[in-house]
Amino acid sequence: MAAETLGWWGVPLGILAGTLRGSAPFLFVSLGECLTEKSGKINLGLEGTLLMGAMSAYGISYLSSTQWGISPAIAPWLGVLVAGLAGMVLGFIHAWLSQQPKVNDIAVGIAMIIFGSGLAFYLGKPFIQPQAPRLPTIDLGNLISSSPAIQSALKISPLFILGVLLAPLMSWFFKSTRPGLFIRAVGDSPDAALAMGVSINKVRMLCIIAGSFLAGIGGAYLSLVFPGSWSERISSGQGLMAVALVIFARWNPIQCLWASLFFGGAQSIGPALQAVGIEQGYYIFNAAPYILTLLIMVITCSPKKTLSGAPGALGTISG
Amino acid sequence: MTDIANQTEANVLPNAHTSATPPDLQVVNMAKHFGSLIALDNVSLHLKPGTFHALLGENGAGKSTLVKCIMGFYRADHGDVLINQQARTIDSPRDAHQYGIGMVYQHFTSVPAMTVAENLVLSRFESPNLIKWKEELEALNAFMADAPFKVPVEALVGQLAAGEKQKLEILKQLYLQSRILILDEPTSVLTPGEADEVLGLIREQVTDGKLSVLLISHKFREVTSFCDEITVLRKGKYAGTGAVKDLSVAQMAEMMMGEKREPQPVEKTPRTEAVPILQVEHLQANKDNGVPALHGLNLTVNKGEIVGIAGISGNGQRELVEVLAGQRPATGGQILVNGTPYTATRKEINQHCVFVLPEEPLKNACVAHMSVADNLALRTFDRPPQAKSFMLSFKAIRAAAANLIGTFKIKTPSPETPVGNLSGGNVQRTVLARELSSNHINLLIAANPCFGLDFAMVDYIHCQILNARNQGVAVLLVSEDLDELLKLSDRLLVISGGHFTYESEIETADFSAIGHAMCHSVH
Ligand SMILES: Nc1ncnc2c1ncn2[C@@H]1O[C@H](COP(=O)(O)OP(=O)(O)OP(=O)(O)O)[C@@H](O)[C@H]1O
Ligand SMILES: [Mg+2]
Repeated sequence: MAAETLGWWGVPLGILAGTLRGSAPFLFVSLGECLTEKSGKINLGLEGTLLMGAMSAYGISYLSSTQWGISPAIAPWLGVLVAGLAGMVLGFIHAWLSQQPKVNDIAVGIAMIIFGSGLAFYLGKPFIQPQAPRLPTIDLGNLISSSPAIQSALKISPLFILGVLLAPLMSWFFKSTRPGLFIRAVGDSPDAALAMGVSINKVRMLCIIAGSFLAGIGGAYLSLVFPGSWSERISSGQGLMAVALVIFARWNPIQCLWASLFFGGAQSIGPALQAVGIEQGYYIFNAAPYILTLLIMVITCSPKKTLSGAPGALGTISG
Repeated sequence: MTDIANQTEANVLPNAHTSATPPDLQVVNMAKHFGSLIALDNVSLHLKPGTFHALLGENGAGKSTLVKCIMGFYRADHGDVLINQQARTIDSPRDAHQYGIGMVYQHFTSVPAMTVAENLVLSRFESPNLIKWKEELEALNAFMADAPFKVPVEALVGQLAAGEKQKLEILKQLYLQSRILILDEPTSVLTPGEADEVLGLIREQVTDGKLSVLLISHKFREVTSFCDEITVLRKGKYAGTGAVKDLSVAQMAEMMMGEKREPQPVEKTPRTEAVPILQVEHLQANKDNGVPALHGLNLTVNKGEIVGIAGISGNGQRELVEVLAGQRPATGGQILVNGTPYTATRKEINQHCVFVLPEEPLKNACVAHMSVADNLALRTFDRPPQAKSFMLSFKAIRAAAANLIGTFKIKTPSPETPVGNLSGGNVQRTVLARELSSNHINLLIAANPCFGLDFAMVDYIHCQILNARNQGVAVLLVSEDLDELLKLSDRLLVISGGHFTYESEIETADFSAIGHAMCHSVH
């Protein structure tokens, strides 16, 4: 492996590379969840949406290039689009169910995790073996260095760049557009929104669907960029972690970006150590994202303080 | 579709917001029911341009329902709204805005997590999709410079005091250029001084012919000093109208109750020797955000004594009551009841017979989605006769509820209605019924117990509290209404910035010293 030539420098480089490669799914799911939670709803089902997105992106990319005669350069992008649409369908189901009277968001969310992942595994069986065309990457490393280690570390997906741009865009949207302000009003004080003549159900429905669209795109990244294949263990709980990350990021899209990079980096500590030949104890570092999630939950949940930044009506049952 | 509708409206009423005089508003034979309950039964009302009109009635008389029907918040069963003698359909607050009608609701409708500026811009129905903050802020600052009262534009609404929030609600309507202002109990969260200031400034606008106001209030003092005309509702029906200058307070009260009613004064019996029931020692507690709210309070309430705590809201009263009720942990000091340490566990509450009437009862003392009957049973459901070993007897719970609904005159469609659907005053009655019905009260802690209640109920509660005191109950009364405290208390304390800044027996209490202590902390 290339890291050998770099010696111990391989560790920070490995972490950097892992951050650039591995944080996009966190980013897309957490931005989607951020949008959903700003409107006062929780969508735990994004874990299922992520898997469904990964499966449908991979499947469509494979089918369209091999059977429908679409060029391998376009096929993966078609996959990304279909992943987003699949996410929207799951989002619509979640939105509809969770807005029924006396229905709890969390319970629907858990059901949707099981439904989404079950459906993805069922429909995805035929795609575990075949190779589908993947999304291209932008090779930033080639511009600055001839070292193959650096070149392979600095391969960046256009999807990731899209996600990075989306964060400030979303932050601006919440601050300086009328729909953005309405979403915040609905999430924070539905009574106030009602008095302004806003339909709470409609706003929440749209937010959940749009959020699920983003989570679907996050799934497409998993199967078409990194790790870049379809298997049932592809998400390993990243969708759920992204939900925790939104709390960590205080419902702020820009902080969602930092938190995603942080989680992506934590996730690559284990593999980076392994790459320089540390064989013992790296599994502990593999568990880093999970430990981080737990720590964040413990630190941020105090009965004595209300969480600053939390939308006021988050997760309350209507009717 | 809506665009076209709006355009035609705009043609019919080109100057709804700019014309010199406010429009004439008439309500004719309005009716509304909720399930089997008839909340409004053919009610009519006439708000003449440039007048200050009061809408009076007991709790649950249908006042809020009537104005919500005018605003298009509820759809009336039948009845017409005439604006300048033309029948108009108003299906949403947005339609009402088209005709220059704006309302300040009984609860706040600003979004706490947003700034004042964001709330104001958002409230504008035709604000653009993209908000140019620089221009908006300039316009807002210009608006604030001319406004009758000021609120900081960049502040977060959640961090404003109650009085400022209420001013913001009214400012919002002026910002929207409403010509008819409907105010639903706007002063219940204000101190009497603030209320006079706010209503006085609005009165000036009315006198200048810029506004018409429809005010819902339970306070006769406000009606006699600011209003021109009244309309009275009684149990959902129209009970009369008249000019304020022709009516005495007794006549208005008679219109509301449908009968003459003599106030029944309760004498305070002289106190025997002092037996301390509640002792608070060096009590400390934090606010929600972790900042200290109580700085080592010391307090004793004796048997058969009412201790009043006065102060401007937000100076630690809420935290004190929550600590005493077991809803907030103390960070220092201790509480003794009957000489033993007290931490408000269910066992200790029962053993020492401690009862609490917290403020915002819907939030602090009720489960809004549970029925009135269940809420009335919250204290007793786990003891006979409502529970037999570990089984609950729903029959007994229902019978007890029906009984309390009768004695406390709770107006509810049925015992099964969720308590959150009741009118503001009826939620308060439900909690009162639960907390005051027991015959062995030892310590009663009450925070603003008469908030939003009509005058008859206020009298009733005051009697109940005095009766309890005469029977030897120790009462801690936290209130923002100084008149109430002066009437009921035996001893008065003033809280400011989490310290007690004044203490006196009621006979020697000095009004100006109290006012001074309310505004100054000991630092
Ligand atoms: N959404 C609702 N569902 C069922 N009943 C309701 C609803 N809103 C109001 N009611 C009932 O209609 C009656 C009139 O209520 P309303 O709120 O108009 O009273 P109000 O005159 O404003 O009283 P208050 O002075 O206590 O605010 C009450 O008995 C109340 O319980
Ligand atoms: Mg009311």
